[in-house]
Amino acid sequence: MSELAQSNGWLPLVFMAVMGLAVLIYVVLDGYDLGVGILMGLASDTEKDTMVASIGPFWDANETWLVLGIGVLLTAFPLAHGIVMGALYLPVAAMLLGLILRGVAFDFRFKGQAHHKPWWNRAFVGGSLLAALAQGYMLGLLVVGFDRTPINMLFAAFIALCLAAGYCLLGAGWLLMKAEGDLQRRAIVWGRRALWLTALGIVGVSVATPLMSRAIFDKWFSVPNIFLLAPIPAFTAILFLLAAFAFKRLPVRLEQRNESWAWVPFGSTVVIFVLAFHGLAYSLFPWIVPQRMDIWQAAAAPESLMFILIGVIIVLPAILGYTAFAYWVFRGKSRDLEYG
Amino acid sequence: MSSLLNDALLLSRIQFAANITFHILFPALSIGLAWMLLYFKIRSDRDGGAAWMDAYRFWVKVFALTFAIGVVTGVTMSFQFGTNWPGYMETVGNIAGPLLAYEVLTAFFLEATFLGVMLFGTGRVSKGVQTMATFLVALGTTLSAFWILALSSWMQTPAGFEMIDGRAHVTSWLAVLFTPSFPYRFTHMLMACGLTTAFLIAGISAWRWRRGDRGGDVRVALGSAVWVAALLIPLQIVVGDLHGLNTLEHQPAKVAAMEGLWETQRGVPAVLFALPDEATRSNRMEISIPKLASFYLKHSFDAEVQGLNDFPNSHPPVMQVFWAFRIMVGVGLLMLVVSWASLLRLRRYGELGPKTSRALVLMTFSGWVALVSGWYVTEIGRQPWLVQGVLRTADAVTKVPPERIGLTLAMYLILYAVLLVAFVSTLFYLAHKAGADVNGKRMNPVADPYRANEIHAREHKHV
Repeated sequence: MSELAQSNGWLPLVFMAVMGLAVLIYVVLDGYDLGVGILMGLASDTEKDTMVASIGPFWDANETWLVLGIGVLLTAFPLAHGIVMGALYLPVAAMLLGLILRGVAFDFRFKGQAHHKPWWNRAFVGGSLLAALAQGYMLGLLVVGFDRTPINMLFAAFIALCLAAGYCLLGAGWLLMKAEGDLQRRAIVWGRRALWLTALGIVGVSVATPLMSRAIFDKWFSVPNIFLLAPIPAFTAILFLLAAFAFKRLPVRLEQRNESWAWVPFGSTVVIFVLAFHGLAYSLFPWIVPQRMDIWQAAAAPESLMFILIGVIIVLPAILGYTAFAYWVFRGKSRDLEYG
Repeated sequence: MSSLLNDALLLSRIQFAANITFHILFPALSIGLAWMLLYFKIRSDRDGGAAWMDAYRFWVKVFALTFAIGVVTGVTMSFQFGTNWPGYMETVGNIAGPLLAYEVLTAFFLEATFLGVMLFGTGRVSKGVQTMATFLVALGTTLSAFWILALSSWMQTPAGFEMIDGRAHVTSWLAVLFTPSFPYRFTHMLMACGLTTAFLIAGISAWRWRRGDRGGDVRVALGSAVWVAALLIPLQIVVGDLHGLNTLEHQPAKVAAMEGLWETQRGVPAVLFALPDEATRSNRMEISIPKLASFYLKHSFDAEVQGLNDFPNSHPPVMQVFWAFRIMVGVGLLMLVVSWASLLRLRRYGELGPKTSRALVLMTFSGWVALVSGWYVTEIGRQPWLVQGVLRTADAVTKVPPERIGLTLAMYLILYAVLLVAFVSTLFYLAHKAGADVNGKRMNPVADPYRANEIHAREHKHV
């Protein structure tokens, strides 16, 4: 580890944080719109239009967080980028295929000929599912240090399913806030089903990560760490119960036209994702390629990082500001999308 | 065939070329369309009337579609730097990284976020805010071009850095950003975007016009596009020429390949047609005009120009560069003729004629052809270097097994073919539907928009 007082010591840390922030925001934001995309496979035709309308103004910008995350990996940690991307070659390709399919289907299903619409709908659902599964698979491989034994790949496949479920949970939570009537009630059903698979996935990652190496195990289970860190899993469990409780109560409340709890499943899922993300980050730090390359070994030259940092400091708050503006403009229940 | 499938370098190059070729088609249109839409919007806000607003409403749909394809194929690009060319970031990551990061930070978020407000903001924000959002989207697309062209120019004419232990380190960011070829490349590219868009709008509008769909929206879009095309193309030819002279100064091997010139000589002829042959290092079936190339390259009929044989093992493949250059120039000249003929016709009669309208329809995608061939000239012309004089393409390639690259390449090619067909057919379908919506049943309800031309022509015979 380099001296933190020197720029080549602290700059990689800052960029690790920026990359983490970008990936976290991506997972939450694109998570809900990928989730809505997957759930569309279960919806009726009119519901499909509402669902697309609920993510229409946002998905482009949501996906840009992925580009920022990968951009920071590429620019701040160029030596790791090649290794990580090489190790994830096929899942990355699958994810890109999925993202391309759903991104274009989004527009084609509105603009193409009517008899093609079912096909674009399938591309939208399939693309969303493929992207979510590929991301989960990559997460699984990351946790096991890109070590492709059959059992590890099975584990990665299981995490793939769980992340897709997590995205469905986010998507269902989003629809609860954005939709009305039948669709809103169906979102509750979808959310309840996704909740348990998501929880299973988080347990899976939490169990597998400490087993990966002695160092990670000690980070969590040595004294006093175990006591200091205990609130993270405890709080996560409470949030799951809160979401489950909200799903149970919401049908009655919505029947009484009481929307005051509609945000609870989405809100608690977001916090669950944030906590899980931090737990994982804590485990993996300071490795960027687990057990092989740390962030200081992978970092770009300090003069280059400094040049980007100036941009990050000036521009990132502006991005957060106008992202908030866009969400504020399109607040409330979603309406049909109309250009004008 | 088996050697091809085992060649990671060749497969990676084909894959990257396929991705970047397909990708560039859409940002080029987004950049041009965003500014055209801003113009339509401002005219509509100021002048009132339905025509400008209808034109905006139609083209904003095309824009949204174009933008979406541009975004998703752009995401692909950002991954492929690492998946296919790890040596690139390892060697010049200190320069390429920050430029790409600034593109994401200053451009991508701006355009992607305000796109929502621009497309769907009606009723939720004021007219002024929506026009502002349109402006910010246009600005974002152009900023994106700035950063990526700065990087591309740096790879062609690197400056402002030193090599330490095999990695490039920056000595001056200003020199990195504004390399000698950057001003020419950036101007040339922005104008190319403008021309690509202008011919697309003109072509689709002329197609609608020929089908009898002659509302105010079609006329204003057509008129604006023809004006833009006619004004830009002469400027583009001048800028292209200056760009060529700049290339001659910094990358003489590329110009020698563009001209099909093997031996260094005085009084170099301008080759109109030839089949350059690298085996014999000579041109077959050459047709040329004596001394002309010396004149336009060095402004003297007897000036000496360096030939390819002066660059053993470090000049680009000749055939591709030579022909890509001729296709670009040829399309450019056609653009000049068609845009001015259409403009004069519009000025004199207020309407297109059968010939000018047909020519515009045929030229709908001419911008794409010129743009892609121009990119091939400059990018293939840089080979065998990835970064001129610093890093060879072969040294940057991935160690991923070739069959994986082949598999993903096949996937991309199929996907892109489908998307291109879908894009073009949706474009004409939207145009067809726009006409049908406006004209109701007066229009011939044709199930297949591609047959509409013939039907329309038949109708005209009856008249």
